[in-house]
This record gives sequence, C-alpha cells and structure tokens, in this order.
Amino acid sequence: MSRIREDYNKTAAYRFRHFVEGDLPETIEEPTPEELEALCPPEETHGHAAAASESAEGQRQGTGKPRSPSEQFVDLKERDPLEDAKRFAEMSGFRWFRRIYQIAAMVLCVCIIAMLIITVGHMPIHGSNDTPTSNEVMERYLEKGQEETGAPNLVTGMILQYRAFDTFGETNVLFISTCVVMLLLLMKKKEGKTEKPAEKDGESRYEPGGDIILQTVARVVVPMIMVFGFYILLNGHLSPGGGFSGGAVMGAGLILHCAAFGFSRTARFFNEKVYDIIKVGSLCLYAIIITYYLFTGANDIASIVPLGKVGNIISSGLILPINILVGLEVACTMYAFYAFFRKGGF
Amino acid sequence: MEFIRNFPFFSILLPMVSGPISSCLSGKTAKKISLTILSIDCVLSAAVLWYVRTQDGMFTYKMGNYPAPFGNEIRIGTLEAFMALFFCIVMLLSLWGGLNHVKQDVPEEKTNLYFILINLLLSSLLALIYTNDLFTAYVFIEINTISACGLIMVRGWGRNILAAIKYMIMSLLGSGLVLISLSILYGITGHLLMENIHDAAVQIMEQQTYVEPLTVAIGLFCVGIAIKSALFPFHAWLPDAYSYSTCSSSAILSSLVSKGYIFLLIKFFYRVIGTDIIRQTHVDNVLFIFGIAGMIVGSLSAIQQTDAGRMIAFSSVAQIGYIYMGFGLSTEAGMIASVFHILSHAASKSMLFVSATGLSEVSGGNTFYRSLTGAGYRHPLAGIAFSVGSFSMVGIPLLAGFTSKVYFAEAAFTASRGKMVVTLIALAISTVLNAMYFLRQVITIYTPARDVPRPEGYRPSRSMCAALALFIVMNFLLGMCSHPIFLWIQDGLANFS
Repeated sequence: MSRIREDYNKTAAYRFRHFVEGDLPETIEEPTPEELEALCPPEETHGHAAAASESAEGQRQGTGKPRSPSEQFVDLKERDPLEDAKRFAEMSGFRWFRRIYQIAAMVLCVCIIAMLIITVGHMPIHGSNDTPTSNEVMERYLEKGQEETGAPNLVTGMILQYRAFDTFGETNVLFISTCVVMLLLLMKKKEGKTEKPAEKDGESRYEPGGDIILQTVARVVVPMIMVFGFYILLNGHLSPGGGFSGGAVMGAGLILHCAAFGFSRTARFFNEKVYDIIKVGSLCLYAIIITYYLFTGANDIASIVPLGKVGNIISSGLILPINILVGLEVACTMYAFYAFFRKGGF
Repeated sequence: MEFIRNFPFFSILLPMVSGPISSCLSGKTAKKISLTILSIDCVLSAAVLWYVRTQDGMFTYKMGNYPAPFGNEIRIGTLEAFMALFFCIVMLLSLWGGLNHVKQDVPEEKTNLYFILINLLLSSLLALIYTNDLFTAYVFIEINTISACGLIMVRGWGRNILAAIKYMIMSLLGSGLVLISLSILYGITGHLLMENIHDAAVQIMEQQTYVEPLTVAIGLFCVGIAIKSALFPFHAWLPDAYSYSTCSSSAILSSLVSKGYIFLLIKFFYRVIGTDIIRQTHVDNVLFIFGIAGMIVGSLSAIQQTDAGRMIAFSSVAQIGYIYMGFGLSTEAGMIASVFHILSHAASKSMLFVSATGLSEVSGGNTFYRSLTGAGYRHPLAGIAFSVGSFSMVGIPLLAGFTSKVYFAEAAFTASRGKMVVTLIALAISTVLNAMYFLRQVITIYTPARDVPRPEGYRPSRSMCAALALFIVMNFLLGMCSHPIFLWIQDGLANFS
C-alpha cells in the first residue's frame, strides 16, 4: 500500500491537488516511521507535553503540511542544483497559479455583485404601497400592535411579544459568543506570591488608562452615558430603543470608564463576581420569564401579568422586565469582550 | 390540548436554560447537567414520536400568545420527531464516548464552557429540526455556527485555532448567503412562515412577477447551506476541523452539525419552495453534479491521507456528496434515500471517530495510520467498532451503509435515464474507493505487531466501551430493521408538502 502512495507523491495529479488546496508543493520524501521515531521519540504520556506531541503529530501528518521555515532552509541547502532548479520551476508555477486564482476570484466576485444588483432591480420597489410585504401580518402589527402588547413602540412590541422566541435566541447568541471568547482568551489566574513580579511587568502592558485628557472627559461623560443608556432601556416600550440598544450604550460607558481609569478602578464596582451574577442572573430570569410567556401563550392560559396603561413607564406587561434583562446582558457582553481581548480576564 | 404537545418546546428550552446556569458551576457539575439534559431530551423526543405516530401524524405549536403568521411557531411531524430523537441519541453517545478525552483535552477551568456549548448546540439542532419559520431557523443557525466554532478550538492548540478560523470564515459566508436569501424571499413574498412563503412562491410562478429574485434566493440558500455542510467545492474547512478537535467534538460535528443544516435544506425544498418549483429552477441538477463530484473527490482525497483522523474526515466529504446526490435525483425515492443516508452516516461516522480515538489511545496517542498496527488486539472493542463502522461506510450487507446504498440504487431507477446511469456508475466507483481506504485501515489495525505492547495499566474507559457497544447495536438496527424507518421517512416527507 505504502509503495503506491509514495509513487503518487511524485505525480502531477498530486501536485495539482495541493495547488488547489493551497498548500506549498513539496518534493521532500516523506520520512518513514522509523526515521520519524529517531527524530522525535514517541510520547508515552500525551496529556502534559502538549506542544511536543503536537509538533510530532504535525510531522506525522505526512507531506500535506508545510514545514517550518528553518526546516525548509536546511532542505534547500542540502539539495543539489538540479533539484533546486526543479523546485524553482514549481514555485514559479505556484505563483502563476496564484495569479490566475486571484483573477478568477475577482471575476467571480464581480459576477456575484452584478447578479445581486440585477436581482435588486427586479425586486418590488421599496416603500411603495402594493409590495408583497404590506400584507395582513403588517396590518395586524400596525393596527392591533399597541392594543395587544401595550407598547407604543411597535418594534419592541414585535420583537418581545409577537416574535419573543427569536429574540430569546438572539440573546443566547450573545451569551454563547461570550462563552466562546472566554474559551479562547480566558487566562488562568496565577496563584502564590512568586508569580507577582512577572505579573507586575505584564500589567503595565495590559492595563489601560493614565491619560489625563481621557480621564477628565470620562469623569464628565461616563455618568451621562450610563444614565442615557438606562433611559433607553427603561423607555424601550415607549420610544425608539430597547434592551439591545440601551445595553450597547451602557456597555460603551463601562468600556470608556475602563479605558480611562484602568481595570483596577473599574473592578471596584464591576469585577468578575458582579459580572457573573449579572450575566447568569439576567439570563436565567429571562429564560424563566420567556418559558412562562411561551407556555401560557401556547396552552391558552391567561397571563397574570397586566398590560397596564399605555404610555406609562410601568406598563406593557413582560416587555419592561425583558428589556431590562436583555440590556444588562448586552452591557455585560460588550464589556466582557473588551476585557477579554485586552487582558484575558477581569 | 394534551400536555405532551409541550414536549418539543421543553426539549428546546431545557438546554437553553441550563446553559447560563452551567456557566457559574464547576466542570463536573456542568457535565452531569449536560448528560442529564441530553437523556431527558431523548425521553421527551421518544414520547413525541410515539404521540405523533398514534395521532394523525403532525401538529403545530404556537410559541407565545399569537398564532402563526404573526408569532413564532414550531411544527412537529413524524420526520421531525424521529430526527430529534435520533440526533439526541447520537449526541448523547458521542459525548459519552469521549468524556475521558474532554477531561484531558480541555483545561479544567474551561470544562463547564465546553458543556455549555454542547447544550446550546443541542437546543439549536432541535430548533432547526422543529422550526416552521425561516427567521427562527436563521437565529439558530447562528447559535449552531458559534458553538461549533467553540467545539473545534476547545483544545486550544495552534492547529485547532487555525481550523476554527477556517471554519468560522467559511461558515459565516454561508450564514451571510442564507440571510441574503431570506431577505429576498421576505421582500418578494412578505412572509417568514414556511407555508405562507410556499403559497406566495406558487403564486409568483403563476403570475411570473418576481421569478428572477426567487431563483436567486433559492440559489443563494442552497449555496449557503452547501458551504455550511461541506459539499464538495466548499469542503476546505472540513478535514482540519474534524480531525484536530477532541474526540466528542469530532463525532458531534461530523455526524450532527452538518446534518442539521441539510435537514433545513430538505424543509426548504419541500415546505418553503416546493419540489415543483425547485425542479423548474434546475437547482437539483447542480446539486446532483456537485454531489457526484464530491463522492469521487472526497474518496480520492481520503485515499491519500496517512492520518486515520483525516482519512475519516475526508470520507465525510464523500458521504455528504451521497446525500446531495439523492437530492439531485429530484424524485421522492431519492429524497428518502438521502434522509436515510443522513441517519446511517451519522450513526457510523460518530462511531468511527470515537473508536479511532480508542485505537490511538493504545498506540501512544498516534493517529498515523501505520502506528495503529495491531491496535485492534490491544483495544478489542474499539477495533470491532472501527471495523463495523468501516464496513458500514463501504456498504457491507446487514449494516446501515449498505441499506442506504441500496435505497440510492433503487431511487436511481426512478430518475431520468441519464441521471440513473451516472448515479449507478458513481455509486460503484465510490464504493470501490471507500473500500480501498477503509479496508486498508481495518487490515492495518488487525495486523499483528509484536513490538508494540499494550500500555501498562491501561484500561479502556467504561463510558467509551458502552457508547461503542450501543453504536454497534444502532448500526445493525439501522441496517436490518430499516423498513419501519423507511415508512416513517416516507410518511414524514408526504406530510411536508
């Protein structure tokens, strides 16, 4: 079996495949397993020496993977001139392929753009009265929306009452993206005093702040931003805004505070513990509310939450608490992204 | 309304609620919660399947106070309920089989995050199966994509992160195309609910008003889903993503994540656009060509691999090609064969990934194919499971893969003559190619190797053995008792339109 495969490495079809897959072409003979074992002894315990076994694995992947630059350099030195010339021919062929590839990609992009523009030309005219989108669904939203949801802001009424399930999904998108960022960037907390000096060194790099102009401005602006964000959030059912936009504004305020005064000052009122409590608490509460709402709605059980008087702050039933919870979740997510990308933690 | 009608809703909501709760718990507790919820979901889905079979075959469930075109809705038919049950079982077994490796590969303080991803992936898969609304589908496509990214890079090595970036770029491109397609569809039909779009689409074809946007929307949706499920020219992200991540992740990604999208595409064909219009736009012919190409190229690439994990990953490209070929036959029999192949591929591929990990455990952690020499004697159950999975993929009778190939061959005779000939030839070639690389590996693991002793004090983990045993049983069940499943699929598809 292996003999067939080695022959295949030298054929044009093999090289063409690797061109197509974007890997560098290689004429280097694949080392036999015996050679490999001499090169890097097999790891008996692969749990702790991750890096070592990874590099070993990388070599065992076979010829498909590009080698590290130093290795290629050694290979070039050891090869005789004829091989060198062959290699150069291949490399220039590779460049030629890249050129065609780029041109083809550009042509394809232009074609797709042209196709989409032509499609837009055939679409119904936006904003006119007789488009397919102005149908019974839109009519009901416009005519009965305020009465049914208790929210003068129909957009909020629509996303939090009519299509509440979608919005719950969207909030979960935010939650899961923080989880994935944490998975990628969360750094282990160092324990013990011996680590301290090293951490001090690194801290100046990670720690933002210290700019006097930024601090002066932030002192004035941050409270205003936070109050404004909370205003948008509370008035989500009355005026344009809502949980997502209000939360984004509040998150921006937190980020500005942190950028001006540094993580240690922000951590006085917003550390990891507070973050965890707010994030988990708001999402769980949201989940409970939405479960209640969907369950009662689907089973035609009358909801015990009154709609209230249209126009009051405390009105429109479940929309207000959901807006607040979504806002808190969004603010936490935004700040968490900043903190993780900046320092890998709070 | 009977209480049992709430079960699909519970099975979607439970994992979503448990996600945030797990994020403040330790990894061990999160693991227990995750496994419990998976088991509960299995039970719930089984109950729903039983209910749907005893009742008239389908029901809809409105999500919230407002009925369908105004609010959200999920729809539960035979096929949906069966798929949900099957996905839950495969996910539970894949997770169970790789638990040991999750412990090794994921840093301890991040273990709970891993199980959050699993939970949300489960809920998004179930929502994709049940949804009756295209925008809900899009929201859960997003959750699915992000959690799949997390599953790929959970090991945190350079290669994993590179694979995750590749996956993310390709998958986001796919999501973007799907979103553009949905916007166009909404613009020309004014609806997001599947039945209503279908009615509007039929009207469009009668009146010939917005035919061009409709065609473009269908094309974009198909390409978007094809990218996300790794159909042949878009499969560049697949091998790295599947072969470098931890064992459970590979099994779940290969067997379920891409299948969720494909199931959505089936719904799109049957419920959103309607098969007649799909045939008029000739999208099925395009999918047929790429499916056939994928079958051949995927197998050819798999033959070149020297790494067992990558070989199995490339074999997925070929199997996805089979599924799209069934779509391309554009007959009902072809679609049934495709759906059956989704099942048989999910059952076999997850077993192959888990058993390959078991084999590499006893070979010093290597997956290089020759270093697995004799591994079948060192870890007997993994060896048997790997052989069963390989035979199933090659198409040896009594196993799941054989049955789906028979269905494909039967379906070929219902298609036009040109397609029939091409399908039969491609099936034959692809089977021979499958046999070449899978049997090579099986022969290798049963070639005695005296110089490689079984690691001292090694004991195969109990959870993996149990999962592998159940996987083997499932493969035989799918292979030998395929007729009721065939009838369910037929019923479900008939209910779709």
